[in-house]
Amino acid sequence: MRKWILAAALAAVFPAVAADVGLIKVSKGSVQIQRGASKVPATVGAGVQASDVILTGADGAAGITFTDNSLVSVGPNSVFAIDKYSFDTTTHQGEFEGNLKQGRLAAVSGKMVKQSPESMKIRTPSAIMGVRGTEFLVQVDGKAK
Amino acid sequence: MKFLALLALAALAAGCASAPTPALFAVVPAPDGHVGAVVVRTDRDERVINSAYGAQRLKSDGSIEAQKLTPAEVRRDFGSTLDALPGKPAMFMLYFLEGKDELTVDSKAEMEKVFSELKRRPLPDIMVIGHTDTVGGLAFNDRLSLARAERLREMMIGLGIPPGRIAAAGRGKRELLVPTEDNVSEPRNRRVEINVR
Repeated sequence: MRKWILAAALAAVFPAVAADVGLIKVSKGSVQIQRGASKVPATVGAGVQASDVILTGADGAAGITFTDNSLVSVGPNSVFAIDKYSFDTTTHQGEFEGNLKQGRLAAVSGKMVKQSPESMKIRTPSAIMGVRGTEFLVQVDGKAK
Repeated sequence: MKFLALLALAALAAGCASAPTPALFAVVPAPDGHVGAVVVRTDRDERVINSAYGAQRLKSDGSIEAQKLTPAEVRRDFGSTLDALPGKPAMFMLYFLEGKDELTVDSKAEMEKVFSELKRRPLPDIMVIGHTDTVGGLAFNDRLSLARAERLREMMIGLGIPPGRIAAAGRGKRELLVPTEDNVSEPRNRRVEINVR
């Protein structure tokens, strides 16, 4: 019984782990993860979840691995929101909608795009890009809001 | 006159509000030379990029211009961004005895390589993915593939890897290494793939 209560308490403290869709693998300079109203430093090993926003400063850059093996890096002065992310490890069906509001991004698509082309999309303020394969770059010249 | 000025102001404001934000989209070759494709859509245009260093630039007037970048330009504009891109996941393949969740002798040796890769990476996370041959139904093989992946996950935890860093998945008979008809016993398809990210 005590053990069960402990497990429940632990689950309440760390509910985030199960929902992680990616991991910060590279973090240089100022990088933050905005989750709802809170902002935390994006240190190497930090989990990334759907709806998170990655924010980098002038000296910042971050590299993220996602559960479908997609790789995304965000350059300096960037705002990158993970609007949607889902991935089924059995069927490889999924959906990845990233939103580069400002700055630079480099990415390598993963298993969901191999299964269904354009299941990964990158939005910018005035366009949307469907990813059919592998390595690409995006830059948005707009000002931050 | 005043009315005209007001009208002009209103037109300007509307123009500003809907002025497209400039952006650049480009395809670059992967380290193995593979060149992929992306499609860029705006509310009035659609462009496919499918060549190495091919690019489309969306301008503030809403037009899109095809461009060809040079590797030097990519380096200049995306150098620090590309430097932050994590390394490709490393893949390993281990094989199972027929209908069981037990590894072949050769595959036990392959585990050593997995461990040396883990030591090379900062905060590695591991995905263990089970596969089966085509003997049996879809649901049976989904279960068997997951059982194999979980068996291997437990072995790796036993060897000292923190449980939180390893996830297991089963692909059943959906991703055959050697394509076969249904209900064919094929040792090369009874495998577990390990992705180290």
